Amino acid sequence: MSAIKLGVPSKGRLMEQCFDWFAARGLTLKRTGSDREYAGAVEGAEAVELVLLSAGEIPRELAAGRIHLGVTGSDLVREKLADWQTQVADLAPMGFGHADLIIAVPACWSDVDTLEDLDAAAHAFRAAHGHRMRIATKYHRLLREFLAREGVADWQSVDSQGATEGTVKNLTAEAVADITSSGETLRANHLKILSDGMIHQSQATLFAARSADWAGLEAPFAVLCEQLGVAKPLL
Amino acid sequence: MASKAEARSIGQRLLAAFEAAGAVEVTPDILQPAEALLDLYGEDIRARAYVTADPLRGEMMLRPDFTVPVVQAHMAEGAEPARYAYMGEVFRKQDHRGAARVAEYFQAGYEVFDREDPEAADAEVFALFAKLLKPLALSATIGDIGLLRAAVEGLDTLPARKAALARHIWRPKRFHRLMERYAGLSPMPESRAALLAGARSDAPWIGLRTPEEMTARIAVLQADAATAPIAAEDVARLDALFALRCTADRAPAQLSDLGIAALAPAIARLERRLAALDARGIDLTALAFEASHGRATMEYYDGFVFSFETADPGFPPIASGGRYDALTRVLGGGREIPAVGGVIRPGLVADLGGLA
Repeated sequence: MSAIKLGVPSKGRLMEQCFDWFAARGLTLKRTGSDREYAGAVEGAEAVELVLLSAGEIPRELAAGRIHLGVTGSDLVREKLADWQTQVADLAPMGFGHADLIIAVPACWSDVDTLEDLDAAAHAFRAAHGHRMRIATKYHRLLREFLAREGVADWQSVDSQGATEGTVKNLTAEAVADITSSGETLRANHLKILSDGMIHQSQATLFAARSADWAGLEAPFAVLCEQLGVAKPLL
Repeated sequence: MASKAEARSIGQRLLAAFEAAGAVEVTPDILQPAEALLDLYGEDIRARAYVTADPLRGEMMLRPDFTVPVVQAHMAEGAEPARYAYMGEVFRKQDHRGAARVAEYFQAGYEVFDREDPEAADAEVFALFAKLLKPLALSATIGDIGLLRAAVEGLDTLPARKAALARHIWRPKRFHRLMERYAGLSPMPESRAALLAGARSDAPWIGLRTPEEMTARIAVLQADAATAPIAAEDVARLDALFALRCTADRAPAQLSDLGIAALAPAIARLERRLAALDARGIDLTALAFEASHGRATMEYYDGFVFSFETADPGFPPIASGGRYDALTRVLGGGREIPAVGGVIRPGLVADLGGLA
């Protein structure tokens, strides 16, 4: 018999909070086998199969329809999937894994607090240095869409997959667009958040894949949605 | 969707028509140097170019359009006046899904470099496109970024404010926010007020931007704060200009009625262009004029702009073009030549049933 494949993060606090969220709704998710083996089981629901995945891979697995449901950050879905609403349905925000995708600049820039300031500073910077103001990020799509919508010019993104807050001091970028929860790492690296630089407020979210094969799974999906207390989406 | 062979065949017919109109075919490389050229495009094309690394030539890109390489070739070796035509693929990454959103498509284009009579050249390009596209019964719209630039330049305020506004003509949201700021219609952010009152950060200086750059910007902000706001009636006139839409035959009178004195030379150019279009048989009473046409999408155009569209909103413009004098100045290293041109997408023409 086919089953609804549920993809959840395979390790760490995100996995534990995810297990807790389902447990509170009567579904016991657990890892099986040894600590290092990524196998899982579901108790308390018919026809649901657990798939443990890296949180970063879950958007792609949803888009490909290889899993039916998946838990991942709303930021990752927006960044990795073009026109994300056409590929996945947003079932429920889960209330954990909160992180804000923000734009931060050096705290020493007394004259820059808003996007209007950033745009003006970027224009003068380009004239003085011969290249656009560089913003280090791994969220290229979200940053580009945000700054295009806000009408900020004379910037370019540079790729940074880690230690992004250090790029300004290392002279490989002038500003950063990164996720933060407390802002402590930013402050430690002498950066400050633009007052209107909030790109996206992310949290762990349960998504359903539109392109997955739902044939024969409509009934168990309806039961599952009711058990989880979420509205069954049109897929 | 039409096959690539159909699109290519229509493209070849368009190319032949452009050559019959006096153009010489040019064939820019598909691989273009990325760093120097990408900087010339607006954010949109820049973000969508496919960039790759070449061991000998550094960063290269798949050409995202023809205009820049054609201008570059003309500035390097072209004689004047010149008419160029081209047909080939352009490549742009797509951020959105949808059948018409293809990453690789043909463009057939026609570009005129002629300093004798720019308005006649504008009319020549538009009328040629109108004749070729006639079987498709598209709706055409014209505009003129030069009017918007003249209106901004004519404002009675600081040169720094006018320069900031002119820079954002192509980004309507930022433009209007800046206008509200300069007109005193939006409250000053608290951080700006504190900065002007002398507040400074004691954080250690990091990064490539220098303290001198900050000092220079603070001086600009102080000069701005000491200047009277742009008059509310001037803001209203500009808003009326940006919102102006009418048929082309009525555009000069409607523009004059706005009462913006600085527009007079640009209106005279528009009248000459309209007379040249009329002389080429374009029905001005059936041609749409929109003052803001091309504002959000065509960054390197700085004068006349036009597009031909179908009623189906799922289609991008079938053809578009305009005047890009400033681009020739940037690429000409001190020299410049008035230039106007446009492209037709043969694949979309094929989708609509071909040229008949």
